[in-house]
Amino acid sequence: MPLEGNGKIMKKILELNNIGKKYQAKNGEIEALKNINLKVNEGEFISIIGPSGCGKSTLLSIIAGLEKQSSGELYIDGEIGYMLQTDSLLPWRTIYKNVLFGLEIRKSKTEENEEYVKELLRKYDLYDFKDKYPSQLSGGMRQRAALIRTLAIKPRILLLDEAFSALDYQTRIMVTNDIFKILKNENITSVMVTHDISEAISMSDRVVVLTNRPGTVKNIHNIDFEMENRNPINCRESPKFSKYFDTIWKELDVYA
Amino acid sequence: MHENNISEERKKYLRKIKKNKILIIIVRLLIVIVFILGWEILANIGVIDSFIASSPSRIWDTFINLSSTNLMEHVGVTCLETIIGFTLGTALGIIIAIILWWSKFLSNVLEPFLVVLNSLPKVALGPVIIIWVGAGMPAIIVMALAISLIVTIMEILNGFLETDKEKIKMAQTFNANKQQILTKIIIPANIPTFFNSLKVNIGLSLVGVITGEFLVSKAGLGYLIVYGGQVFQLDLVMTGVIILAIVAAIMYQAVVITEKIIVKRG
Ligand SMILES: Nc1ncnc2c1ncn2[C@@H]1O[C@H](COP(=O)(O)OP(=O)(O)OP(=O)(O)O)[C@@H](O)[C@H]1O
Ligand SMILES: [Mg+2]
Repeated sequence: MPLEGNGKIMKKILELNNIGKKYQAKNGEIEALKNINLKVNEGEFISIIGPSGCGKSTLLSIIAGLEKQSSGELYIDGEIGYMLQTDSLLPWRTIYKNVLFGLEIRKSKTEENEEYVKELLRKYDLYDFKDKYPSQLSGGMRQRAALIRTLAIKPRILLLDEAFSALDYQTRIMVTNDIFKILKNENITSVMVTHDISEAISMSDRVVVLTNRPGTVKNIHNIDFEMENRNPINCRESPKFSKYFDTIWKELDVYA
Repeated sequence: MHENNISEERKKYLRKIKKNKILIIIVRLLIVIVFILGWEILANIGVIDSFIASSPSRIWDTFINLSSTNLMEHVGVTCLETIIGFTLGTALGIIIAIILWWSKFLSNVLEPFLVVLNSLPKVALGPVIIIWVGAGMPAIIVMALAISLIVTIMEILNGFLETDKEKIKMAQTFNANKQQILTKIIIPANIPTFFNSLKVNIGLSLVGVITGEFLVSKAGLGYLIVYGGQVFQLDLVMTGVIILAIVAAIMYQAVVITEKIIVKRG
């Protein structure tokens, strides 16, 4: 098995082999993805960026099993959690009932799991708000509640689809920082789709750049700031940050 | 967090809202009082012919006289028919909407039929209904259903189909099956739709019930109104109409209050 720099054994947790996806519609066939290859190790944080409509959400839906790929193979080793663009908290449920939603659907609302959820609420400063309704919480708190709802099912792999884009800039920086720490704490492997190059660089171990539709892997950038206790805020001060930004910006070719 | 220490500004604002609310109620009462007084005065000085248009005092007398006889029975019959009509209409509407939501195929097949049925004047079905279910309370309830059901189905199905797709997708990320999506997302998200349907159906059911009573019945406010018309006793007709308005208002308020009790989401 390959070893990481610090001697930890790297274990493959997710692998995409030549994944392709064609959507069938009345007015024709849309090829959304073509020959996607990607291998993700346990604990890694991967970002996916690419032009609008190139199939990023489709890719996550395939990994989550919401869509079936048209070709290729998928290897997944572990429970998957999925965070969408909006928090999608249910307004008729209290925060506590909301974060239990996934367990309820999975029919695994055991006492032990409820205890775990309470612990998460306490750990991430939402316990005092557990009997409030979503409309009584700020955007950042709601996003954290949505994350806890996802973490409640103890996923090993977390998919995030522009999960922070509904937040304003300040909140967004704080929430990504919070959530990054949470994910590292729980040693969760993450695959995040984003339009924000800075966000991608600041959180990821690797940034995957996709081409225009049909999306295929254009390049994969290893991000390494060579610093201890890296987090999304402190790594922005590294001189390497703008270097990565330039490279990826050029590659995205936004004006081409 | 800021609930305990209400600022001066907030107090002012709340006072203003309250004042405005009271003002609205006062003006509403004034309109009613002016209307009743005006009617009474114009009838007394002979501008309005109280034989044709009745007058508040004559309506009141009729009301008192009827009370000593069997007015409450008529009101009770109409209320019962209406309540059965709109609860049954809403309940059936919800059930059929669920079936149509469940089977896209069925809803596609049935769509043109629903559209045609919806634009058909249901009152025209009156004689048919009487022949099929007999001239009695069942015919009246079927009439109320005929008028309210199709609209209810279409309204509720529409609410179902417009439920936030992101919430449904969120449930699917936890591998929710169709039944779970129905019971945990679609139905709770549409409780307000159900109550709206109930409110609309009070009016529609009353139309159905009164039409039905015109056609068949021997009791109820509709019967009272038709009877009053036949014997040219406009006091009775007007009394019937006013009681009808009060009944409708009370039922509407009952639904509004029930909704407030059930829908509490922070
Ligand atoms: N259910 C579907 N049926 C048909 N076509 C679809 C469906 N879902 C997505 N597509 C098409 O597939 C392509 C990729 O869509 P997708 O949502 O994956 O893109 P994306 O990269 O996430 O875009 P964005 O950056 O705007 O979020 C688009 O052209 C879209 O129109
Ligand atoms: Mg997308």
